[in-house]
Amino acid sequence: MTFSKILIANRGEIALRVIRACKELGIGSVAVYSEADTNCLHTRLADERICIGPAVSAKSYLSIENIVNAAKETEAEAIHPGYGYLAENQEFARECESQGLVFIGPTPENLKLAGDKITAKEIVRAAGVPIIPSTPKGIDTIEAAMDLGQALGYPVMIKASGGGGGRGIRVCEREEMLSEEFPVAKMEARAAFGNDELYLEKYIIRPRHIEFQVLADRFGSITHLGERECTIQRRYQKLIEESPSPMLTTELRTTMGNAAVTAAKAVKYFNAGTVEFLVDEDGNYYFMEINARIQVEHPVTELVTGVDLIKEQIRLSSGEKLAYSFTDLNLKGWAIECRINAEDPERNFLPSPGVVEEYHPPGGFGVRLDTHLYQGYELPIFYDSLIGKLITYDLTREGAIRIMKRALEEFKIKPLKTTIPLHLKIMDDSSFKEGSFDTGFITRLMPEEDEDE
Amino acid sequence: MAEAAKHTKRVEIRAPMAGIFYRKPSPDEPSYVEEGDLVKKKQIIALLETMKVFQKVKSPVNGKILEITVENETPLKDDDLMFVIEAD
Repeated sequence: MTFSKILIANRGEIALRVIRACKELGIGSVAVYSEADTNCLHTRLADERICIGPAVSAKSYLSIENIVNAAKETEAEAIHPGYGYLAENQEFARECESQGLVFIGPTPENLKLAGDKITAKEIVRAAGVPIIPSTPKGIDTIEAAMDLGQALGYPVMIKASGGGGGRGIRVCEREEMLSEEFPVAKMEARAAFGNDELYLEKYIIRPRHIEFQVLADRFGSITHLGERECTIQRRYQKLIEESPSPMLTTELRTTMGNAAVTAAKAVKYFNAGTVEFLVDEDGNYYFMEINARIQVEHPVTELVTGVDLIKEQIRLSSGEKLAYSFTDLNLKGWAIECRINAEDPERNFLPSPGVVEEYHPPGGFGVRLDTHLYQGYELPIFYDSLIGKLITYDLTREGAIRIMKRALEEFKIKPLKTTIPLHLKIMDDSSFKEGSFDTGFITRLMPEEDEDE
Repeated sequence: MAEAAKHTKRVEIRAPMAGIFYRKPSPDEPSYVEEGDLVKKKQIIALLETMKVFQKVKSPVNGKILEITVENETPLKDDDLMFVIEAD
């Protein structure tokens, strides 16, 4: 069974990506668009287009009702959600199922568990995959904290149960710091979150963010497709991704790849997903979470494996089997992706909307560009600032960096401010070129300005 | 009135870039300011959302809000007028 028509419940570059896969597979494609997106390229490339509401995402791209109705009206059999918007919304996946539409992605149960990070970590830990060591919640006294700190090993973080997104965290390098900071953290947590419950977590020094792509069929077969190095981030937003990782040994790749498959099996994962790890300086790895969607950075995996992940998603959702494992793939070469955002790196990454008056995309050997930009396109103020992904490929990392630099220099998008100059700076950075960096790289390269001035 | 005008200065606050204008921190909360309110320099008087990023709109002066020229949740263009303030 394959689909005759797929509705793409997204916009921008990822909508184009899915439409292109549909065309190559001979499957009809339906673009959905908001009233602010009548000129967005995905509406022109799809076979059909249908308006799903006003500019505000909550009433269009996030409206389950409007999207399901659009699929019924256009007689689509399946919906590809892309990333973001409804991609990880279990209610949406369930509604598709109950309306007889195939949701091209994980099962509603997978989405539920991926959203419940604490339970997911517990299941994955029970399956034998390491997670970041932490203490139970609700440490009451300094004495108890010091005993637990010693058991974890320093440095440790004091975390507030009520915190999140990086808030309510104190790093303690030694026992004396823990005894000093603990009472202050408790008072601060009470004031900030109305809850003074604290716990300790081992602090990973200069970590790297490494994730594994997995694919799973409906019959329980799961494989990984190697890793992506996503350490170059700003405020948890990835800027550059590459595959393979410059720091993984063949041995660690095998171990972590197996751990990723074990994690995916433990949660009975289906379709394409990503298993995220933090890796410390000594090569210890810790499971973080499973991202239950196709990811922005999927092209780097596609270039080194030769596997079209969107087509695989469609194929697996139509009930076909996974017919290969990692060792069958014969990974070759090196791929790097730079996210091109309409943001001004010189002004604290403020967004830069407007009309693209001059547009010259790069090309040539080893260059892939996934973008919805064209000359004359006006960036709506309503949606996020990712305007393109520039991906380069060569047999070596050094070659891929050289091609990236050349392609970034060719790329002209005027008068918008973009992350292109920042990427050029990174391509010239000696620690980036050496492949020795951690998640603090961007903060050191571009110290943050005070928000108020 | 003419007498007062000599001693005060009308300050226009315009959108620093295109974005959606919000008069309140969240839908359930009251507006930051109303017409007639006294404001201090650097006081937050509105938010502007552009491509999912929120910027604070602050009063550049101590003074009084004379006019709020746009409705809550209106999409604005770069340089659209938002407030008129009578500076002290």
